[in-house]
Amino acid sequence: MLPTRDQKVWMYETMLVSRYFEETIEAIYLEGKKPVFNMAKGPIPGEMHLSNGQEPCAVGVCAHLTPKDVVTSTHRPHHVAIAKGVDLKRMAAEIFGKKTGLSGGRGGHMHIFDPDVNFSCSGIIGQGMGPAVGAALSRKLQGKEGVAVAYIGEGAANQGAFHEALNLAAVWKLPVIFVVEDNAWGISVAKATSTAVPNNAMRAQAYGMPGHLIPGNDPIAIYSAAGEAIARARSGGGPTLLDIETDRLAGHFMGDAEAYRPKGELDALRARDPIPALARRLQAEDGLSDDDNGAIMARARGRVDEAIKFARESDYPAPEEALDKVFA
Amino acid sequence: MSSVAAAAVNERRLTIARAMAESIAQEMRIDPRVFVMGEDVGPLGGVFGNTRGLFDEFGAERVRDTPISETAFMGAAVGAASDGMRPIVELMFVDFFGVCFDAIYNSMAKNTYFSGGTVKVPVVLMTSTGGGYSDAGQHSQCLYGTFAHLPGMKVVAPSNAYDAKGLMTTAIRDENPVIYMYHKGLQGMGWLGTEPAATVNVPEESYTIPFGKAAIVREGKDVTIVGVAMGVHNALKAAEKLATQGVSAEVVDLRTLVPLDRETVFASVAKTGKLIVVDEDYQSYGMTGEIIASIVERDLSVLKAAPQRVAYPDIPIPFTRPMEQFALPNPEKIIEAYEKMKGRRGWRWM
Repeated sequence: MLPTRDQKVWMYETMLVSRYFEETIEAIYLEGKKPVFNMAKGPIPGEMHLSNGQEPCAVGVCAHLTPKDVVTSTHRPHHVAIAKGVDLKRMAAEIFGKKTGLSGGRGGHMHIFDPDVNFSCSGIIGQGMGPAVGAALSRKLQGKEGVAVAYIGEGAANQGAFHEALNLAAVWKLPVIFVVEDNAWGISVAKATSTAVPNNAMRAQAYGMPGHLIPGNDPIAIYSAAGEAIARARSGGGPTLLDIETDRLAGHFMGDAEAYRPKGELDALRARDPIPALARRLQAEDGLSDDDNGAIMARARGRVDEAIKFARESDYPAPEEALDKVFA
Repeated sequence: MSSVAAAAVNERRLTIARAMAESIAQEMRIDPRVFVMGEDVGPLGGVFGNTRGLFDEFGAERVRDTPISETAFMGAAVGAASDGMRPIVELMFVDFFGVCFDAIYNSMAKNTYFSGGTVKVPVVLMTSTGGGYSDAGQHSQCLYGTFAHLPGMKVVAPSNAYDAKGLMTTAIRDENPVIYMYHKGLQGMGWLGTEPAATVNVPEESYTIPFGKAAIVREGKDVTIVGVAMGVHNALKAAEKLATQGVSAEVVDLRTLVPLDRETVFASVAKTGKLIVVDEDYQSYGMTGEIIASIVERDLSVLKAAPQRVAYPDIPIPFTRPMEQFALPNPEKIIEAYEKMKGRRGWRWM
């Protein structure tokens, strides 16, 4: 299964939106945090996990999804949220802690919920896996269309939740796709130090489901594998595990000095940045002109700028609104 | 037929287990979103009988036996509820919460808040509590306070079958996560030993009991005894004995810990001037302290004596019978607590 030119252009543009968004957030995050870095300071306080480099995992899978499909994402959620169609302005406002944010500022960057497009994420490793299985069960019981996609990092594959969720989805033959974004690092711990098998696709076999290893951080290869897995899930074939080798071009979180990275690794990863790589492919294979490319980049930048402006200009919630919304 | 005879014919004495199952069945008949999942809830009908008959009526799709994977199915309950279903999920023993607490505390209880109210998580989490039958400290805890402490969940603990049915119906219809904590010693399972007073007349038709509304199960004027579940039965037995000594005890069954009916407790203590709180959960940082604090911080002057608590000591629950029975609350300890108050004076003289 290969993407059409339009799908490739959508993936490219969405990756650009995501990257511009992260770069803009990065710059604003550092406001008020120099010369002394203090996470509590500036217009965006708290932890910040940027997704630079992992955009192919988001667009290659989400290209096959509609708003009705369910996605649970991780503590590093922005690229997936953008590809799933989460309201960018309200997501930005949530990251700033503003009243106009998706949750009125209660959740922040690790707790983004947009029920309009069935997106959620959470701050704890592997936490979204059970809920994705449950959402898929819900669709099966209601006879309603839709699949569920659980994104996790490769570190989460050593959590009990991973193994329990794979087994449950398989034994109930539910329409779930488990997507491992393997960026090779669990904060500072290399995959080889934490994981007894060379890749997590192998682990699918233990739960009687297909597991596909997708190297290369290539959105088109991810698109193909995800397309098959999602079509299988939609037709009642049950769950699939997709193990995507990707690159984390930023630190684990903002402020991470990354002293644990081998010398030269980051430069090598940057040299194979998936976004210019896709641009080159579009130019070579699909006749993307410089003018087209310029227009796409301007459009992506425009969306991000509009969202950030909305977030900046929005008001903070009244402090006492903290007491609301504990119960529905 | 006289009206007395008619009442006797119509009386349906049900165990808490039967009452829970009846409520679930009635809700499943009218609401296709309701389904049950957990370990042994299917053909077995629940280890503690609370899903008996459901599998036969509703089948394996809506009454789902799960693998022993609490982390996965508790998380699945969150996902299904957020997607429009109303799962009833069984955690066989509350003591097992340790293997799935992230799904309960960090997702189920927080997602409504973290979503700014746009996500609802209407899960009913059924779980058994309580000891007294030598099952030791991984199968005998109550942990009411553990669940009542973290915001975002409602906490139900019935003392009898009438309340059990009405509270279950309310729980299933609630838009929020509810942990429904049923005491094994009240469940009516013969093999566990059971408190006969928990088995009471239960109407067949569906009804609800509102959350946050305590019941005064015995009226009195000299002392207020507050409890939930088995604590209520211990309190009632103590009240019987106190009555023979000329002491009139009022017994308050909280029925729900969250929301907590502080008003009814306060009104009762304002009347009696004396308060004993009974809890089979651990004493420190628990329900007993919360109830006493809610009186003291509102108006110390209503107290004629220092409040007393009869709770589980801060020890893991031991296996051997003499040790476990030594540690459990019982009517004698409640009477001793009352005796202690007799010799003491209230705040004016303290």
